[in-house]
Amino acid sequence: MTGSDANQAIEAVWRMEAARVIAGLARMVHDVGLAEELAQDALVIALERWPETGIPPNPGGWLMSTAKHRAVDLVRRRAVYERKLQEIGRSLDEAAEPDLDATLDDHIGDDVLRLIFTVCHPVLSTEARVALALRLLGGLATDEIARAFLIPEPTVAQRIVRAKRTLATRGVPFELPAPAELAERLSSVLDVLYLIFNEGYSATAGDDWTRPDLCYEALRLGRVLAGLMPREPEVHGLVALMEIQASRLRARHGPAGEPVLLQDQDRRRWDRLLIRRGLVALERAEEAGGRFGPYALQAAIAACHARAPSTADTDWERVAALYTVLGHVAPSPVVELNRAVAVGMALGPGDGLTIVDALISQGGLEGYPHLAAVRGDLLAKLGRSGEARQEFEQAASLTRNASERTLFLGRAAQLSASP
Amino acid sequence: MRYIILLKGAQPSTPPPHALMEAIMKLGEEATKAGALLDTAGLAPSAAGARIELAAGNVTVTDGPFTESKELISYALYDVRSKDEAVEWGARFIRIHRDHWAGWEGTADVLKVMGPEDFAPPS
Repeated sequence: MTGSDANQAIEAVWRMEAARVIAGLARMVHDVGLAEELAQDALVIALERWPETGIPPNPGGWLMSTAKHRAVDLVRRRAVYERKLQEIGRSLDEAAEPDLDATLDDHIGDDVLRLIFTVCHPVLSTEARVALALRLLGGLATDEIARAFLIPEPTVAQRIVRAKRTLATRGVPFELPAPAELAERLSSVLDVLYLIFNEGYSATAGDDWTRPDLCYEALRLGRVLAGLMPREPEVHGLVALMEIQASRLRARHGPAGEPVLLQDQDRRRWDRLLIRRGLVALERAEEAGGRFGPYALQAAIAACHARAPSTADTDWERVAALYTVLGHVAPSPVVELNRAVAVGMALGPGDGLTIVDALISQGGLEGYPHLAAVRGDLLAKLGRSGEARQEFEQAASLTRNASERTLFLGRAAQLSASP
Repeated sequence: MRYIILLKGAQPSTPPPHALMEAIMKLGEEATKAGALLDTAGLAPSAAGARIELAAGNVTVTDGPFTESKELISYALYDVRSKDEAVEWGARFIRIHRDHWAGWEGTADVLKVMGPEDFAPPS
């Protein structure tokens, strides 16, 4: 193994173990920032030693115990950490029981869950939660996060430093939320994961192929969370939604990188394995019981598309009904617009148009290009070509996305050509 | 990105030790919880299978067993962030064989499954 190969192997182990090691340390030192520094120290030692000794049989345990020793060294040398020393002393006494690994294993799931809730804590800004989650849960380096979000590296570094400081100064405990807060705190965690997913999902193609990695990272974190909170339907709902949406990644762009709408996608290019996993996750959400939340409902809608062999063979009645429920659980004009599309398919374009026009009269979504495009599509189906063309032209003038503009102008041109 | 890990080895005369099966289950659980393991299963000896061949325009079907010295024993499909992570999972799998089944020898081939990243449009 050459030096750089060994380093790559060690970095891979680091990514696989980072969250568990940092979480275990955070339980001992009650400070996520300090825990990460200690874990990083252990990584540096590993990078020095493992190329000689090889990767130890239990690399996570090795990183953890090395970091713990660093913790003891640190607090011995720095008197300011005297209080921490006592706490670590206690934790080490606990850990000095005969079966160290078993003791760690018992706690590890809970610790990772605590870490997830801590990095997604509401005292942090959304950007800070996202950066901290990728850094501490995903083990991503600062420059990797910067590349994925197309922002300068110093900005990310600063966000992470500030976030860690905020957690410390605001005295955020390394604890699971109290039962009364759980629902709200969990929805903050799920929102962070879905934000990471969407950052990757909405990225345009081209040479920018690092960003689908964000989708997979969010999906991976979602699967981890589902393993830790198997009784929470909304966690399975989010996983189902991400699995099914990710199944379309290969079909969402044409050969030149242009976007391909769901209705026009080559469904043979959908990833059947991810669809299957998504449908299983949705079943788990159902089995967990309770009322479906916004993620499980969106997953149920995505599942209707995933199960359908074609746009025409989609169960549009069910899609429309699910949008109605979603509109009650999480009201938004975009949901209403999507309901209009589904109703247009299920009952007929006239019924869809009624919903769109009601939406317009309420003044929702003004200037939203897809509002015009949906209206244009419904008008075209009703044979009102002239009005439809105007809507597509308006949609084209409203969008800031070049490939979308091409798509809308294309529809407008088709309508001019037809009698 | 996805990797498939194919385990190959001599078909053993005795069933695998109970401790190995336990260790495999535990590793599988860990890899599933880590969001990495998508699918895995053992493969029956090739005697239970068949081979379809195309040669010189002729399609022939032959029942197993095949004559290779090593049989395919299992597959595991992983979703990971790098080849190194796939290799680490594969190495863990091989190490538990070493630790729980003295004398057994085998190979784990780590193969990349083509994904969207392999079909990037020309920029």
